[in-house]
Amino acid sequence: MNDLAMATTPTLTHFLVISAALFSIGLLAALSRRHAIYILIGVEMLLAAANLNFIAFWRYGAPSPQPTGVMIALFSIAIAAAEAAVGLALVIAVYRHYRTTNVDQFTSMKG
Amino acid sequence: MSTVAFFAIAIFTLAAALAAASFSKLIHAALCLALAFIGIAAFYFSLGAEFVGLAQVFIYVGAVAVLIVFTILLTRRESDAPVQFKWSGAVVALAVFAGLIWAIFKSPLPGGAAPAVAPLTVKQIGESLMTSYVWPLQCVGLLLTGALIGAVVLVMDEKP
Amino acid sequence: MSGRFLDQIFISTKQLLLSFFSGAPNWVLQLISSLINIAALLGVFLSLFALISVLERKILGRIQNRYGPNRVGPFGLFQPVADGIKMLIKEDIVPLRADKVVHFLAPIMMVVPAILALGVIPYGRNMTAFSIDGGILFFFAVGSATELAVFMAGWGSNNKFSMLGAMRAIAQMVSYELPLIVTILPVVMIVGSLSPDAIVAAQGAYWHGIVPRWFVFTPWGATAFILFFVSGLVESNRTPFDVPEGESEIVAGHMTEYSGFKYATFFMAEYFGMFAISGLAVTLFLGGWQAPFGFLQWIPSYAWFFAKLCLLLFVFIWIRGTLPRTRVDQVMNFAWKFMLPMAFACIIAAAVWHYQGHGLRGWLWSAAVIAAVYFALSYFLESRKRFAPRTYRFAE
Repeated sequence: MNDLAMATTPTLTHFLVISAALFSIGLLAALSRRHAIYILIGVEMLLAAANLNFIAFWRYGAPSPQPTGVMIALFSIAIAAAEAAVGLALVIAVYRHYRTTNVDQFTSMKG
Repeated sequence: MSTVAFFAIAIFTLAAALAAASFSKLIHAALCLALAFIGIAAFYFSLGAEFVGLAQVFIYVGAVAVLIVFTILLTRRESDAPVQFKWSGAVVALAVFAGLIWAIFKSPLPGGAAPAVAPLTVKQIGESLMTSYVWPLQCVGLLLTGALIGAVVLVMDEKP
Repeated sequence: MSGRFLDQIFISTKQLLLSFFSGAPNWVLQLISSLINIAALLGVFLSLFALISVLERKILGRIQNRYGPNRVGPFGLFQPVADGIKMLIKEDIVPLRADKVVHFLAPIMMVVPAILALGVIPYGRNMTAFSIDGGILFFFAVGSATELAVFMAGWGSNNKFSMLGAMRAIAQMVSYELPLIVTILPVVMIVGSLSPDAIVAAQGAYWHGIVPRWFVFTPWGATAFILFFVSGLVESNRTPFDVPEGESEIVAGHMTEYSGFKYATFFMAEYFGMFAISGLAVTLFLGGWQAPFGFLQWIPSYAWFFAKLCLLLFVFIWIRGTLPRTRVDQVMNFAWKFMLPMAFACIIAAAVWHYQGHGLRGWLWSAAVIAAVYFALSYFLESRKRFAPRTYRFAE
C-alpha cells in the first residue's frame, strides 16, 4: 500500500495533464455554444487552466530568486478579472441593442 | 503532497468543469464554474502557492462568478430557448486535448516528487512586486482603472 | 503563575486530549487537533448565537421602552430553545417551480463562509483555530463567497421579489466590500503582515505602561475603525442598511421563500457574519486579546476578547434600535462618494503617521490629513438642492 502511494505521488506530468484537460474543457465550452456568456465562461476556464500550468512549473522547476511563476499567475488573474468585466459589459450593451445573446445573430457587419 | 488529496481535488475540479461546459441551463453552468475555480484554488494550496489560491478564490469566485451570474440575470429572455450545442466544437476540443497530451509526454519533464521549497510568504511576494515587478504592477493598475471606466461607460444609460 | 494557567487553560486541555492519541501517526494527530479546534469554535459560537439572539430582542425592547421576551425561563433567557424548537418543527415549503438544488444549497453556502471566516481570528494567546500566513486575505476571500449564496437564494426561489431583493443585497454587498478592504490596508501596511496573530502582537505595547498602543487610538485607526464598522453593518445587512430584508421594503428579500430550518440557517448566517466582522474589528483595531491597561493583564486573554466582541455587538444592536432605514440609492452614494475616498485618505494618513514617527508629531500630521480630506469631501458632496418654494392653492 505504501509502495502504491509512493508510485503515484503527483509529479509535474500529473499537473500538466489536469491543466490540459481543463484547457480543452474550456475550449469545448467556448467553441460549442452559441450563447455569448457561455463563451465567456469557456474563456475564463482557459485562463484558469493556463495559470495552473504556470504555478505547476514554478513549483517543480529550478529554484529561482524571484517567484516568477507566481507573479505571472497573479497578474493573469487580475487581467482575467478585467477582461471578464469588460466582456460582460459588452454582452449587456449588445443585448440592449439586439435583444438576443445568440452570437450567430450579430451579423450586421457581415459581407 | 498526498496522492489521495490530489486525485480527490482533480476529480472534483474536472467534474465541475465538465458540468460547467455541458449543462444546458446557464445558471447551473455558471455555478459549476465557481466550483471549478474553488477546485483550482485547492490545487494552488497543495502546490504551496497559498497567496495565489486565496487571490483566486477572492477574485474569480467572489468577483468574476458574481459578474457572470449578474449578467445572466440581466440578459434573460422570458422564453429561455434551449441553447444549441455544436458538435464541431467538441471535436476540436478533443483534438486539442490529444495534441497537448502528446506534447506533454514527448517533452523531457523533471520527474519525481515536488522539491521541498520553503512556503512562499506574502512578504516575499510583496517585496518582489515592489522591486522587480513594479512596472507590471503599475500597468495592471492602469489596466484595471481603464477596464472599470470602460465597463461603466459601456452600460451607462445614455441621457437623451 | 496562576495568570498564565488560567489564560492557557484551553490549550492545556487540548494538549491533554491529544496526549491520549500519542501513538498515532502524524496526520491522525493533526486531524484530531483540527477537529477539537472546530468543535470548540462551533460550540462557543453557537451558544453565543443563541445568547445574542435573545439579548438583541431584549435590548431592542428596552430601547423601545418595553420588555423583550421574558416568559420563557428566567428573564426570558431560554427563548432560543423555544425558537429552535419552533424552527425545527415548521413545515419546509419549497415553491413548486423553484430550482430545487439551488434553493437547497443557498442557505448552506451562506453559513459555511461565515463559519470558515471565524476560524482565522485569534481568540486568545495562542488560541487561533487556524493560523494562516495570509489570514486576513482568507477572511475576505471566504466572505466574498457569500454574495453568490445570496444570489442563489434569490434566483432559486423563482420569485420576483426574491430576485429583486437579492440584486439589491448583492449590489450593496459588492459596493461596501471595497471600503471594507481598503480600510484594513493601513493596518496591514503598518504591521507589515497579513497574519492576525502578528497584527495583535503589534498592538501589544503600552505607553508608559498604562495606555495601550491599539490602532484605534491613532487618527487613521479611529477613522478606519469607524469606516470598517459601518461597512460591516452593511455587509451583514443590518439596520440602517437592511433594505434587502426589511419587511416593509421587499417582504423578506432573498429569504422570502424559505421556511423552517432553512430560514433559521439564514438567520444564523447573518449573526455569524456579525460575529466574524466584529471579531476582525477587535483584532485589527482594538488590540485583539490584549488587555487595555498594563496592570489588568492577569485577566485571561480570551475574556478580554469576548468582552470587546460583546461591546461591539451591543453597538450593532444599539444602532439597530436607534436609526431608521436608509434608501438604497443613499446607501450606494455613501459608499462610492464618501467612504471610498475617506478610506484612501486613511492609507495616506497611516503612511504620514509612520514616517513622522509614531509620536505626537505623527498623530497631529495624520489627523490634519484626515481632517483635510473630510472637509473637502463634505464641501464638494454637499448637494445644492434646496426645497422648491411652497405654493399654496386654495379652493375658490
